[in-house]
Formats: sequence, structure tokens, C-alpha cells
Amino acid sequence: MIQESQLQPEQAVFRETVVAGDYFMKSVKAGQTFRILDLEGNQAADTLFYNANDPTERYSAVDTIREQGNVYLTAGTRLMSNEANVMLEIVADTCGRHDTLGGACATESNTVRYALEKKCMHACRDSWMLAVAENEQFGMSKRDITHNINFFMNVPVTAEGGLSFADGISAAGKYVELKAFMDTIVLISNCPQLNNPCNGYNPTPIEVLIWD
Amino acid sequence: MSKNKILYEEQLNGACHWSLHMRKGTSLRLTDIEGGANVGMLFYNPVNLLERYNAPDTLKCQHTFKLQKGHCLYSDMGRIFCSIIDDSVGWHETVCGNTSAEMVKQKWGEHSYQDYRNEWYQNGYNSFLVELAKYGLGKKDMAANLNLFSKVGVDEKGDLKYEADNSRAGDYIELRFEMDTLVLMHTCPHPLNPAGDYPRKPVAYQICQAEAVQEDDYCKNFRPENQRGFANNDIFHLGLGGRS
Repeated sequence: MIQESQLQPEQAVFRETVVAGDYFMKSVKAGQTFRILDLEGNQAADTLFYNANDPTERYSAVDTIREQGNVYLTAGTRLMSNEANVMLEIVADTCGRHDTLGGACATESNTVRYALEKKCMHACRDSWMLAVAENEQFGMSKRDITHNINFFMNVPVTAEGGLSFADGISAAGKYVELKAFMDTIVLISNCPQLNNPCNGYNPTPIEVLIWD
Repeated sequence: MSKNKILYEEQLNGACHWSLHMRKGTSLRLTDIEGGANVGMLFYNPVNLLERYNAPDTLKCQHTFKLQKGHCLYSDMGRIFCSIIDDSVGWHETVCGNTSAEMVKQKWGEHSYQDYRNEWYQNGYNSFLVELAKYGLGKKDMAANLNLFSKVGVDEKGDLKYEADNSRAGDYIELRFEMDTLVLMHTCPHPLNPAGDYPRKPVAYQICQAEAVQEDDYCKNFRPENQRGFANNDIFHLGLGGRS
């Protein structure tokens, strides 16, 4: 569902551009709203969420899918934790559909999907490994890296049980906006994948904006 | 059903949980005794418990939402824990998670151990927590699980639809292990099961000696990705001293 935001970028309390292949890791407070903006189009933002006060509580793809009875995420979707609490709600979305089935790219899964020789190409999970290593204050490790959301990605499921990776339905200037229901650590990998159309074979920057 | 030699057989009653260590080259055959069973399942690598079953990689590597004969079940490290070498069901799901204590209470009421002893209403989430803790693991380690024998379809809008009659009495699935694997499983109801009474469905399981994987193996050749997955397993076993 397309839902535009009334928030003005000039009034944001925080703005940061995240280049492709880099990560973003920051706490947002309960009640704050943040936006992920696809600056140049067709970019995938692989995202995980944690309760900032107890990171063992985290975004759960399976609980979110099951509780809303639908596999796609869009405006109105409540993102559920593994403890069955609402962590965030998607309050604006100019893209219309986001994926949470496909997971993130990793060097190891790239060997399976594309070729064994691709194993040293940069991948989202490497960005997350660096993020948890460089941010010891959060006390996180590989155990905390779970099944993520792929904002701006389109992964349709067919009635026969197939899964495809369709061309992105995002474009330059499209965004998704979320309101936090608890103090939340946002961990984004701005996807560096070069082997499939999720980034249009051209990974580009995103911007993160936060409003009080 | 495969002709693999049965080494051990046992039954898991409904609403139970257990864990076991499967060796490479053995298979685990599960049979739905009454129809309508659900088996929640997770896999871990015993030599590195950080390596675990990864549902998204399993689905996207094979471009599938459902799991059936031919599919391989992948770890997050690009390796194959096991292959579905036989399957009379045709659709097993891996995106709906587990029942929780609160969900069971809301759907079916409260049946505590105090009042009902081992006929209590166990839930999938606590079942996995108990089995995980036996290996020093906890809720951080609980990945998206398999729900064997259960089908949840998706329509063009993305809405989920639970299919109540997916698995019949006598239906089975056989998993051939391609590396040593710690298997956690429970027989608690599927979280979308709309049954009026708490479903308590038993499952028989057999551990078999699997035939060696040949070059023309059905699962290995089911998708080109699976050939590369098997290659990754070969490299891993070289690292373990060439034990095959």
C-alpha cells in the first residue's frame, strides 16, 4: 500500500548517507520515526532490529509474517519481535512492497547461488560481522545476526510455491518510514550484491533520516 | 519409500520434543502416523554451533517457497545439512515459526503440567528452548524452523492459507544427512492450525543407513545450486581430515 509521509527532511534531527557496501548501526528511541531513502533507485537495504535494552529480543520475520497473515511488508505492517511484541510499524511507504523471505547475501551463500569463485565478493553478512565487531557496546555477535528485512526488494511467491527475484519496484526518491514502539537498534547493510538484479547490478547510496 | 536399511526406530508422541545427532551418510525418515502431524525442526553443526539451518538461504538458493523431494536444507555457511531424498507429502513449510505458550493458551486454553501431567499443552517455542539449552544454546540461536508435514500457501496478494489436509496417515519424508548434524525437533501443533481441540499428533521416526551419494543423485542434480552446495560440503570434509 502506497502511503506518503508528511514529515519534512529539513526538520529531521539526524541525517546520514550510507554508501553501498557500508553498514549503519544506531539506536532510535521509542516514539521516533525514521526513514530509509533510496537515493538513486533499485537499491536493497538489508535491515535487522533489536530491542536496545535487551538485544536478545529482535525482529522476527516468521512472527511478523504469521501474525499479519501475509508474506509482504508495506505501510501498516507491524514488525514483531521473537517475544511477540510490536517493535516498529511501517507508517509510510512509497514503494508498496518489501521482502522478508530472501534473507541477506553472504559470501558462502553466494558460492551456492552463483559460483564457488564468487566467495570473496563483498556481501551483506560481512558488513554485519564488521558492525558487531566495531560496536562492542551493543554486546552482539554472529549469534545475533538473524533473518532480516530487504527493504526495496521484490520477491514474489507463486501459488505453486515458487519464489522469484523480480526487478526492483523501487526508484530514486522512494522511501519507507517506520515508527519505533520500543528503543530499537537499527542495523542496516546497504547491499553490495553485484550478481543479481536486487540493486540493478549497480549498488548505490541510501539515506537514513530520523525525526523526534 | 527408500530401501535404506533401518538401524533404529522410535516414536515421538504429539506435543513432545527431542534432539539427536545424525551422522553424515545416515538418513532420518519421519512418518505421520494419524495424519495432520507437524514436526518443527532445526539443525546445527556440532563442531561449530554458530552454523545453523538457514531458511532464507534454503529458499532463495533453490528459488522455492515450499520444500519437497529434491530440495536440500542449507546452513548459513553455504553447506547442506541434509537432502530430502523421499517425500510423499509434496509441501513442507519453513516461514511460520512456532506456537508460543500465550498463543496456545489463546487458541486452546490452558492445560498446565500440574493439572494434566504429560498431557499438558506444550508449545513449539518452549520445546526448542529446552532442546537448545541442552547444548548451551538459547533464544538467540533459534532460527526460523522447518514445519515438516505442514503446508501454508500464498495467494497473489501474499496472504497465507493453512491447508489442513496436507499430510495423511502414512505420509513420510526422508532426510539424508550430508554432514554430521545436531537435529532438534518437536511435534507441537503448527501455529496456524485452526483445529478446535489441541492437536496431538504422533510421528514415527527411523534412522537408516543411506546409500552413498552418486554423481547422478536426484537431490544433487535437482538444481545447479545444489551441486555447488555438495562441493562446499566436500571442501568442509577435507578440512576435517578428509573423513567422508
